[in-house]
Amino acid sequence: MKVVVNFDLCESNAVCMGIAPEVFEVRDDDFLYVLNEEPGEELRDKVVEAARRCPKQAIAVED
Amino acid sequence: MGTIAVVGASLAGLHAAEALRAGTGDAPGHDGQLVVVDASPTLPPDRPPLSKQVLSGEWDLAQAKVPLADRLDELGLDLRLGTAATSLSPAGGDGRTLTLSDGTELSVEGVVLATGGAVRHLPGPQLGGVHSIRTGEDVTALLADLDAGPSRVVVVGAGFIGAEAAATCRGRGLEVTMLEAAAAPMERVLPGEVGAFVADLHRDQGVDVRLGTGVERLEAGDDGRVRAVHLADGTVVQADVVVVGIGVVPQVDWLAGSDLELRNGVLCDSTMLAGPRVVACGDVACWPNPHFGEEMRVEHWENAVEQGGHAGRRLLDELAGRPGTPFAPVPWFWSDQYDRKIQLAGRPTATDEFVLVDGTVEERRFAALFRRGDRCTAVLGVNRPRHVMQARMQLAQSLAWDDAAALFAPKD
Ligand SMILES: Cc1cc2nc3c(=O)[nH]c(=O)nc-3n(C[C@H](O)[C@H](O)[C@H](O)COP(=O)(O)OP(=O)(O)OC[C@H]3O[C@@H](n4cnc5c(N)ncnc54)[C@H](O)[C@@H]3O)c2cc1C
Ligand code: SF4
Repeated sequence: MKVVVNFDLCESNAVCMGIAPEVFEVRDDDFLYVLNEEPGEELRDKVVEAARRCPKQAIAVED
Repeated sequence: MGTIAVVGASLAGLHAAEALRAGTGDAPGHDGQLVVVDASPTLPPDRPPLSKQVLSGEWDLAQAKVPLADRLDELGLDLRLGTAATSLSPAGGDGRTLTLSDGTELSVEGVVLATGGAVRHLPGPQLGGVHSIRTGEDVTALLADLDAGPSRVVVVGAGFIGAEAAATCRGRGLEVTMLEAAAAPMERVLPGEVGAFVADLHRDQGVDVRLGTGVERLEAGDDGRVRAVHLADGTVVQADVVVVGIGVVPQVDWLAGSDLELRNGVLCDSTMLAGPRVVACGDVACWPNPHFGEEMRVEHWENAVEQGGHAGRRLLDELAGRPGTPFAPVPWFWSDQYDRKIQLAGRPTATDEFVLVDGTVEERRFAALFRRGDRCTAVLGVNRPRHVMQARMQLAQSLAWDDAAALFAPKD
């Protein structure tokens, strides 16, 4: 599974971090960092949920 | 399999439809007819960008799409736009009858109510140049007036939508006056520090903010368009364009003859069931949130998504005779004004104590917790998304003040 964030859309509201902190982190500079671009299968549900709840639809999960 | 109807094809209704098709963890989805009706002649836009990117001119209206807009085909909906629901019969033995504005009487086994809210208008005749921001048509009409280069825009109401409209108009280089009848913006729902901050934020940017003054009446010119706003204190403000942001009313009039309880919208139980075979979700739904022990109706984007999904699954449970599960979220929303991102999670009241935990209000970048006795009711952040999300996760676990405060205690 590969996680791709469209940073042109992302507005750093940290919704994804609330759901999958293992993968997404918004730091003090207000930017989103993807901690793990190829997270393991055990995180799939959380990552898919984060993609679904992102208000900007900025997260894509590729297979 | 019978027919299920969803009333309202906006954020909450479409997410309910998605959940009805997807099913729950242990039960299959609905594979019969799924009728989705909306009074709007076109698919409703995603609303948050209307007062932000669309109003600023950064986006076309067509870019403001709800997340499911591109996946409607997959859901196999019988989508009927430009069609309003006009009445709902009480539950009979095997279903209900939903009557539509084109005269159709649909026999349905279940119904999702997702009719949202309609904007409140100022009393008096409707004048040209006076706008609300809720629908695509609203924003198109407002944009046409803004493109004409008005010399002053007056915003009535300093709630989040009014404040966003003021910020976006200011960003377009227009002169803006923002009027608020209360002594501080959002004074009835948030601690005074928040309203003071919002007022100052707009004053910094050159908005003429007037608090504690209600609107007496609008004055029209010979062309029937608004020319000035008369305030209760006798002052007159010139205006070519007026944007009204004084709240929304849940759309429930059409349900008057039904067996449902209409109180602050459609009253549901804690699982979002409003009556036999009926669930409600989104801006129109009022329910006791067990996490807060309080009845609430929430007008936030994320709530429409999550509650829509929950209501769809609840209806599947209802039709299969299974008990539902309570809907117990920590509500969350954001507002963008100028380059500030304001986020609020929780359920604050005006009398909560405002406790700053990071940054300062003066630098316009801070996080604050709201305290009521030994409870933390909410967290507010201005350009502090990480703090808000961390506190929100904590509030989802417990509302205990000590636990929330400990998150931000200085580490030694
Ligand atoms: C300008 C604006 C900016 C916003 N910004 C933010 C923000 O920044 N952050 C945030 O969290 N939230 C924001 N919101 C709130 C968020 O958009 C709403 O909470 C959300 O749209 C609610 O969705 P809903 O589906 O419940 O209702 P609605 O979007 O109101 O949709 C209800 C639908 O039901 C239809 N309908 C009504 N009655 C009938 C009937 N009898 N028959 C058939 N159809 C009917 C209507 O035509 C409408 O399309 C904003 C809202 C607006 C208006
Ligand atoms: S939820 Fe979406 S917009 Fe928010 S930080 Fe994550 S990717 Fe960015």
